[in-house]
Amino acid sequence: MTTANRRNFLRNTLATTLVGIATGSGLLNPREVLAATWPADLFDAKDVHTALSGNEGSASNEVSLKTPDIAENGAVVPVTVESTLTNVESISLLVKDNPRPLSAVFILGPGVQPNISTRLKMSKTSNVIAVVKVGDKRLSTAKEVKVTIGGCGG
Amino acid sequence: MASNTIKIRIQLNGDVATIKALINHPMENGLRKDQKTGELVPAHFIEEVVCSLNGTTILTALWSGSVSKNPYLAFNVQGAKIGDSVTLTWKDNTGDSDSFTTKVAS
Repeated sequence: MTTANRRNFLRNTLATTLVGIATGSGLLNPREVLAATWPADLFDAKDVHTALSGNEGSASNEVSLKTPDIAENGAVVPVTVESTLTNVESISLLVKDNPRPLSAVFILGPGVQPNISTRLKMSKTSNVIAVVKVGDKRLSTAKEVKVTIGGCGG
Repeated sequence: MASNTIKIRIQLNGDVATIKALINHPMENGLRKDQKTGELVPAHFIEEVVCSLNGTTILTALWSGSVSKNPYLAFNVQGAKIGDSVTLTWKDNTGDSDSFTTKVAS
C-alpha cells in the first residue's frame, strides 16, 4: 500500500465515521456531505495545472475578479469573484505563485449568486486566478496583485 | 470544542440575502516558522465550511491554509425571507468544528 493510498484510506475511514455520527444526530444530510470531500490531492498540488486537474479553462470576460492592485499586507488580500453566468456550479480561487496555488473552492447551491468575497494569503506578487465551472465548461479570469509584504511568514 | 467562533451578519434586500460571516481561526498553513523557536507551526486550518438556509445546503466552501487568518466569507442568496434560519458550520483539519445558527431579520 503506497503512502497516498494509506492516507486516502485513513481519510475515508475517518470521514465515514464522522458522517455516521453527524447523520445519526440528524445534523447533516449524508448526500450533501459526500458531495464535498476535501480534495487533498488538488489542495496539495504545487502548480496551477495540477491544482485544476489539468483543466485550466478558457479565459472569459464573463468572470470578473475584484482585488486591490497593490496589497500592502499579503496575509490579508480581499478578493471578490463575480460572474454574469447562470447555473454556476463552483468557483475556485487560486494564487499562482503561492507554494500551494489552490486556495479555496466554493460549491454553489440553489439560489446562491456567483458573487463571493473572501480574503486570501499571498506569499508574493502573483496572479490571482478565478475559475468558474458551468456545466462541463470552465471559464477563468486572472488579475495580478502586487504584494509588498508576503503573507506566508518565515 | 470550539465555540463562539462564528459571527454572521445578514442583510435582506428584497428576496436576496447578503450573508457575511467571520470565523475566528488561526488558519496556519503549515509552512510558517515560529519566530522564536524557528520550528514550523503545524498546519491548522478550516477545510470545510457549510452554509445552509432552512436546512438546505446553499454553499460549501473547501479551503486550504492560504485563506487568511480569521477568515471572512460573503455571498448572496436569492429566495430568502424574514425568519429563515441560516446555519454555518466549519470543520478544520484537526477535526475541530463549530456551528452557529441565526435567523434572517430584516
